[in-house]
Amino acid sequence: MNDRPDAVELLRAVELFLERDAVPALDGVRQFHARVAANVVAMVARELETEEGHLAAEWAGLSELLGEATPLPAERAAQREGILARNRELVRRIRAGDADAWPWRQHLLAHLERTTAAKLEVSRPPRQRGRE
Amino acid sequence: MTLPSEASSGELATRLVDFVTRELGAAAGQVRATSLRRLAGGASRELFAVDLETPGGALALVLRRDPPGRIGESDRGLEMRVLQAAAEAGVPVPRVHWGSSDPAVLGAPFFLMDRVEGETLARRLLRDAAFAEARRTMTRQLGAALARVHQVDLARPALAALVAPPAGVSAARAVVEQTAERARSLALEPHPVLELVERWLLERVPPSGPLALVHGDYRIGNVIFGPEGLRAILDWELAHVGDPLEDLGWLCVRTWRFGNDRLPVGGIGTREELVAAYEEAGGRKVDRDALRFWEACGNFRVAVVWLQQSRVFLDGKVPSVELASLGRRTAETEEELLRLLREEP
Repeated sequence: MNDRPDAVELLRAVELFLERDAVPALDGVRQFHARVAANVVAMVARELETEEGHLAAEWAGLSELLGEATPLPAERAAQREGILARNRELVRRIRAGDADAWPWRQHLLAHLERTTAAKLEVSRPPRQRGRE
Repeated sequence: MTLPSEASSGELATRLVDFVTRELGAAAGQVRATSLRRLAGGASRELFAVDLETPGGALALVLRRDPPGRIGESDRGLEMRVLQAAAEAGVPVPRVHWGSSDPAVLGAPFFLMDRVEGETLARRLLRDAAFAEARRTMTRQLGAALARVHQVDLARPALAALVAPPAGVSAARAVVEQTAERARSLALEPHPVLELVERWLLERVPPSGPLALVHGDYRIGNVIFGPEGLRAILDWELAHVGDPLEDLGWLCVRTWRFGNDRLPVGGIGTREELVAAYEEAGGRKVDRDALRFWEACGNFRVAVVWLQQSRVFLDGKVPSVELASLGRRTAETEEELLRLLREEP
């Protein structure tokens, strides 16, 4: 285990540098890119903080939709691989017309709304979320 | 065809002055470039602000040029003819002065048009007190101007080269199928939302009406405005022959509201205002289900834009943090698409 500051704290340091030092010192396209970079660093920090819960929730949702009982793998990489495979299966079933009829369509929409909200929790800056 | 010494822009200015001198039939030395500077622009074209002194007076112009070395991938000559056709139909556009498709002149096809003063930034339009009047008037102005775009006579030989939907296929179906195909070839992960949207759209393809000149990127960000409202419609490079509702739907896409979701048309107006102004100015009667289809279709296309932009980074073509970050905006557009799916009639 690494010492403090942890990954999220280090990213916060980079974000502050970009926001307070780099952005005011730059102009034009570079300034814009520095601002984007600060947002990206904050996004990565949010992903680190939330990924465990988001992957578990998406896995559970997919299990229910696809009627699969395999438990969530222990390794993060295996979790991601498994979720990708299940999403590919979801796409196959949508193309086969399974999502054209209720109630599966209803369950599918609710699941996709939850996973999309989870992605936005990571990708959208909190101040933007507040405005909407 | 690149002009190697033009990094200083001196070579470009010299060639430009020679060209304008010839076009005006002026004597050597009567035309001078007093300023030439590069403006921010996309990868698909180059923009320069040019100030010229001519025997007839000073001209504040914009030079729009294909990137040298990429001849054939886009056609500034066609864009120039579209602008001229739009101007004749009464659409507010910058006046085109001259142009040439001969790469010998400036290294790539180009044209010169008036530089319309004003603002293009959506953030200013949505938030600045100076643009309160513009916020009130622009939805109707955009609707009326669009009606005139769609009245441009497509039989003009000058427009014969415009891309049109394949024969026998509805413009709407063609757009959905092309967008879905692009999504599948670009996405590096499965996108169940986009699959659902594709099926939803294909079940709701509206009946084909008469085709029209479609601007192709009609939105806030591609227009110049002042405190009083709309001044000019820009960026005609995606103009094509298609269903006129494509432009109306695109203008309602969430991305172009820049955060102000309360007002679906560019964050400044309602669909009702837009449609009323469009119909009053001679636009065809707008079917609401068809408009809803085209709005969803527009959001679908935006999702593909995010995928495409982030691929430019992921494929190692452009090391831009902005392009990289756009991949994560796909979720935002998928959220909107899910919302539209939930509203299904």
